[in-house]
Amino acid sequence: MPTATGAARCAVSPPGLLFLGLGVAALCAPFMTVAANRIVAGDGVPAWAVAAPALTLPGVLAVVIGLGLGLAADWPRLRFGGAVLGLAGLLWLLMQGAPALLHGAGDYARVSPAIGFWCLLTIPMLVMADALAQLAPGPRTRGALLAAVLGVLALILWSGALAPLSVLQEYASRTSAFADAALRHLALAFGSLAMAAVIGFPLGILCHRNPKLRGTALPVLSFLQTIPSLAMFGLMIPILGWIGDSVPGAQAIGIAGIGFAPAFLALVLYSLLPVVANTVAGLAAAPPAAIEAARGMGMTPGQRLLRVELPLGLPVLLTGLRIVLVQNIGLAVIAGLIGGGGFGTFVFQGLNQTATDLILLGALPTVAMALVSAIVMDILVDLTRPKAARIA
Amino acid sequence: MIEIDRITKVYDGVPAVDAVTMTAESGTITVIVGTSGSGKTTLLRMINRLEEPTSGEVRINGESTLATKPHLLRRRIGYAIQGHGLFPHHTVARNIGAVPRLLNWPKDRIQARVDELLTLFSMNPAEFRDRFPAELSGGQQQRVGVARALASRPDLLLMDEPFGALDPIIRARAQDDLRRIQRALGSTIMLVTHDMEEAIRLGDRVAVMDGGRLVQYGTPAEIVANPATPFVADMIGDVERPLRLLSLVPVSEVVENGEAPGAALPAEGNLRDALSACLWTGRTAVPVERDGAIVGRVTLDAIRSRAELRA
Repeated sequence: MPTATGAARCAVSPPGLLFLGLGVAALCAPFMTVAANRIVAGDGVPAWAVAAPALTLPGVLAVVIGLGLGLAADWPRLRFGGAVLGLAGLLWLLMQGAPALLHGAGDYARVSPAIGFWCLLTIPMLVMADALAQLAPGPRTRGALLAAVLGVLALILWSGALAPLSVLQEYASRTSAFADAALRHLALAFGSLAMAAVIGFPLGILCHRNPKLRGTALPVLSFLQTIPSLAMFGLMIPILGWIGDSVPGAQAIGIAGIGFAPAFLALVLYSLLPVVANTVAGLAAAPPAAIEAARGMGMTPGQRLLRVELPLGLPVLLTGLRIVLVQNIGLAVIAGLIGGGGFGTFVFQGLNQTATDLILLGALPTVAMALVSAIVMDILVDLTRPKAARIA
Repeated sequence: MIEIDRITKVYDGVPAVDAVTMTAESGTITVIVGTSGSGKTTLLRMINRLEEPTSGEVRINGESTLATKPHLLRRRIGYAIQGHGLFPHHTVARNIGAVPRLLNWPKDRIQARVDELLTLFSMNPAEFRDRFPAELSGGQQQRVGVARALASRPDLLLMDEPFGALDPIIRARAQDDLRRIQRALGSTIMLVTHDMEEAIRLGDRVAVMDGGRLVQYGTPAEIVANPATPFVADMIGDVERPLRLLSLVPVSEVVENGEAPGAALPAEGNLRDALSACLWTGRTAVPVERDGAIVGRVTLDAIRSRAELRA
């Protein structure tokens, strides 16, 4: 960032300039599409034509002005405000366009955001990320910001202002299936995380204490990580199918070749490497002199672990959990393929029916869930950092 | 009293410490000095059983260290190391209170002890108690490290190159502080260093280690005057021997009646300082004062006579 005092007043942010250019180009692309039904490809409509000009003009202006504010290199707050203004403009255009385009287009007509919208959605978010990186808000501010964003999003969805959009129509016809899928997705992602933590932390502590075990365990876990996810889910089918058939009582507790169990197990296996490796790295992060002093003053190995190694390694340990959580939220989509449930169900149904909006119904909540988890975990990592380290 | 009795440590058939026997009196500072690889640190670490001896034993006040579990033994022995080893996530107060907490002292007793030690080390408790180690200077961190080692009033304080990470000026101050505090508390200290200057300055007794063996054990004056082996003489440095010898003699020992011009030296100073003052200002004698009053003078001739080898 240019910070020279002389030229500061008129400094232009280079990423801001790039985002403005991209934004203007994206404005010329189709903003929304209208299709006769949910399967066929629709016709693109540019942003200024999605509704009456008097209605679209404020939205387009807000987007352009918002991106223009993103040029202010020395005022990250202004850039942040510009990003918010741009996003509000997009939302306004979507809310005006959806009912207007549907009007008189037929009973089965569908309206969806198109390439222009998605690009324009990304750009203010990048401006916002860039501004936030410069502002470097504390963990509590970031938490409040996240809560505000989620609150606004919930309010908009609840108000029904976007209900005419095709994605939400897909949702309207599957409300209970969506709730089930959401719960199943959360169970897969968080359940496998919890299981990986229960196995991985003790294993990581043992690996930290025992270099021989570390030399064996980490390569094996790395190897597991290299198995492609589809292949891993495929491998689980015969293995768990055989266990379900031959071990008495296994089927009764839900172990079978397809469904929740193989998906869950595959996710746990993928999670072990990040958890174990970060536990080892976290415990090794304590300064050797502090460990030596802890031994020398008469701490038992357990006291050393609890009072010195774990507190000092906690940020690294939590970073491991963050990696696993975000990774598993994404990977859990594939569980839909083997009957494991979750948002993947919609994605694969949508793929089979070439219904793009059904795919989005599965994909968008997954992305949102992963993003929110990543931000929340980052906040937690920051909060557990020793106070002295944050000062320095 | 610390008795080290034929203690030996063998690594892969090679003795790192070879049948060392020595006795340190309570309330004294014993400095173990040697080059790296001489076994001095291994010897120190066998006292609190951070290293288990291959054979031999250590007795503290008559009781064998092998009679107690290692971690319980270590809680009775202070341990301060180079680079202080403070816990970066704990405040100064929690760092100093670490061993008392392990010993389940009541909270108010720990707090009182922390404040007492901070005051002893010339650090204002109200100002420093709640700071983190990263917010202290190197010298302050080192003082907190020693305060932590002294917190539970241990029978013995082991120090492994405690001043190694400090710059020369702060190191000299830290050494003076240690001497002062050791006198005030009557602590028994065993300190490891590679620096003969530090050994002579701090030690009541100096043990010189070479190749795992104890080659000489005596007062600093004995070591400087009569090095037992060429190695010890080497450690002292032939050229500097007269100066080291002078630094061990207090001015009060050779003070004589008479007058001398110029600024006075304190009677507690040593002859090395007196020699330096003579040479620097071109005087043949300097006045000596005690409590602000001139008590006599020390002459260049008197200094010279003490610097000559009394073989």
